Amino acid sequence: MINSFNEIKLYMKENGLNLVEAVLELEASSSGCSCDEIYNSMSNRLADMRKSTKEIPGSTGKTKIVENDAIKMRKYRLEKNPLSGDIISRASEISLSVSMLNATMGRIVAAPTAGSCGILPGLLFAWEEKRNIHDDKKKIMVEGLIVAACIGQIIANKATLAGSEGGCQAECGSATAMGSAALVWMECRDPHKCFEAASICLKSIMGLVCDPVAGLVEVPCIKRNGTLVSMAVLSADMAISGVKSIIPFDEIVDAMYLVGKAIPSTLKETGEGGLAITPTGLSIQDRLKKEYAL
Amino acid sequence: MSLLEIIGPVMIGPSSSHTAGAVRLGNIARRLWGKEVTDVTIYLRGSFASTYWGHGTDKALVGGLLGLKPDDSRIRESLALAHRANVNYKFEKETIDGAHPNSVRFVIKSEEKNMEMVGASIGGGAIQIQEIEGFPVEIDGDLPAFIIFHQDKKGVVASIATALFQKNLNIAEMKLKRKSRGKDAILVIEVDSQENQDDIFNNLEISKNLYSKIIFLPVERE
Repeated sequence: MINSFNEIKLYMKENGLNLVEAVLELEASSSGCSCDEIYNSMSNRLADMRKSTKEIPGSTGKTKIVENDAIKMRKYRLEKNPLSGDIISRASEISLSVSMLNATMGRIVAAPTAGSCGILPGLLFAWEEKRNIHDDKKKIMVEGLIVAACIGQIIANKATLAGSEGGCQAECGSATAMGSAALVWMECRDPHKCFEAASICLKSIMGLVCDPVAGLVEVPCIKRNGTLVSMAVLSADMAISGVKSIIPFDEIVDAMYLVGKAIPSTLKETGEGGLAITPTGLSIQDRLKKEYAL
Repeated sequence: MSLLEIIGPVMIGPSSSHTAGAVRLGNIARRLWGKEVTDVTIYLRGSFASTYWGHGTDKALVGGLLGLKPDDSRIRESLALAHRANVNYKFEKETIDGAHPNSVRFVIKSEEKNMEMVGASIGGGAIQIQEIEGFPVEIDGDLPAFIIFHQDKKGVVASIATALFQKNLNIAEMKLKRKSRGKDAILVIEVDSQENQDDIFNNLEISKNLYSKIIFLPVERE
C-alpha cells in the first residue's frame, strides 16, 4: 500500500529499487500476495483491457443518448490528417470506443472507475502502436499499468477516486494522471518524471465537476474520456522534456481532496447541476424517464 | 485499496455501484437463499429506483440472483435468461427513511419459505448487507462470514467459538442480535481465513439443537 510519493521515493532509495519494483514490494507486504502474483494479475488486467478495445463500438447494445462517436473518429483518423497527430487521435478513438462499450453494458476494466474506463486503454494501446511494440516487449506495458495503479492508489489513499465524493477530477482526472505517468514510464523509466506528468495533469484538471445528464454515464463522460487523453500525452511530453511542477505531487493530491469536498453535492454525480440541468439536459432526462422509468 | 481494485474490477458497465455492485448483491442473496431462486420481488430504493433503467441495475440484480458474476456478458440478457429458467421476478419501488441511496430489498419465495435481505452498493463495486430476515447486520464480504440463525439461549456463542477455535479459525468480527429474550436471534461471525471451501462450516462440530441454520458466505474473488 502506498500513501504518498515521498513514501515511495524513500522506499526506492533505501532498498535500491526502481519504481515498479518498489510498488510491487509494498503491495506484496500489504496484500500477502507475492510480487510475481501481483505482476501476473496486472498482466491479466492489461489483457482484459486489450479485449475491451477489440469490441466494435455499438455491438453490445445502443447508447441511450450519444451517437457512435468512436466510429466517426476512426473514419476521420484513417481518411484525413488529424490536427492532433497520430497518438492523440488514436488514443481518443480507443477511449471513445471503450467508454461507449461501458455505456452499452460491455465488459470493461474500471480504471480507476467505470466512468473513466476509456482513458488508460486509449493511452496504452495508442502508445503501443506508435512505438511499434512487439510481443517480446509487452513487459514494459504491464510496468506502465503498475505505475498507473500506483498513482491511483496514492490518490485513493490521500483523496478519493469516486465522482460522488470528489467530482469528475477524481475519476477522469485521476485516470488522466495515471495514464500520463504510465506513458512517461514506458518512454524513459524515470520515476520523478512520472510524478511530474501526473502532477501536471491533476493541476490542469482540478475542480472538474461530475454532472451527468439524466445520471447516466454518457453525457459528458464519454467525450471527456475522448478528450482527456490529449492532456495525458502532452503532460507526459512536458515532463519528459524536463518541465517540473512547482507544487509537489503529494500536495496537489491533498489540494484536490479539499477542492472535491468544496464542490457542492449538486455537482457530484447527482445529476442536479451543471450540464445535467441545462435545458437540453433536462429535456433528455424527461424523454428518457417517460420511455423507461418504473 | 489494492492495485487490483484501482485497475479493476473487470465488469459489465456502465457503473461500478449501479451495475457491478448490484450483481454482487444478487449473488449474495442467492447464496443466502441456498438454492435456485424461482420467485423474487426486488424493491429498489433511492438512486437504484430512479436510475436503474439507465445503468442496467435490474439486469445486474437478476443476473446476480441467477449466479452470474459481475464480468459475465450474459448480464445484458439476464432478464430473458430468467424468463427461460421460469424465474418469476418483479420490481417495485420503495421509499424508506434513512435507507442507503443505492439499496435494495430482496424478498425470495418458495412454497415452503420466504427470505428477505437488504443490501447496499456502497461505491466502486463494494457492497454491504444491511439486513437479513429483518435483523440488522453489517456484512461487507471482505472476509468469509458465518451467519448463524438460532434461538436466544445459553451456550450458542461458546459452542460456535469453540468449534471455530478447533478449526484454527480466528474471529475477526462478531455480532449477535435477538428479536427478544428467548426468541429468534442471529449471530454473524467474520473470520480471518484465505480458505473458502464450503466444508469449513460443514465440518464444524456444533450441536444441531443450538441453531436452526448456518450459512457460510465466502469471499467472492475474481
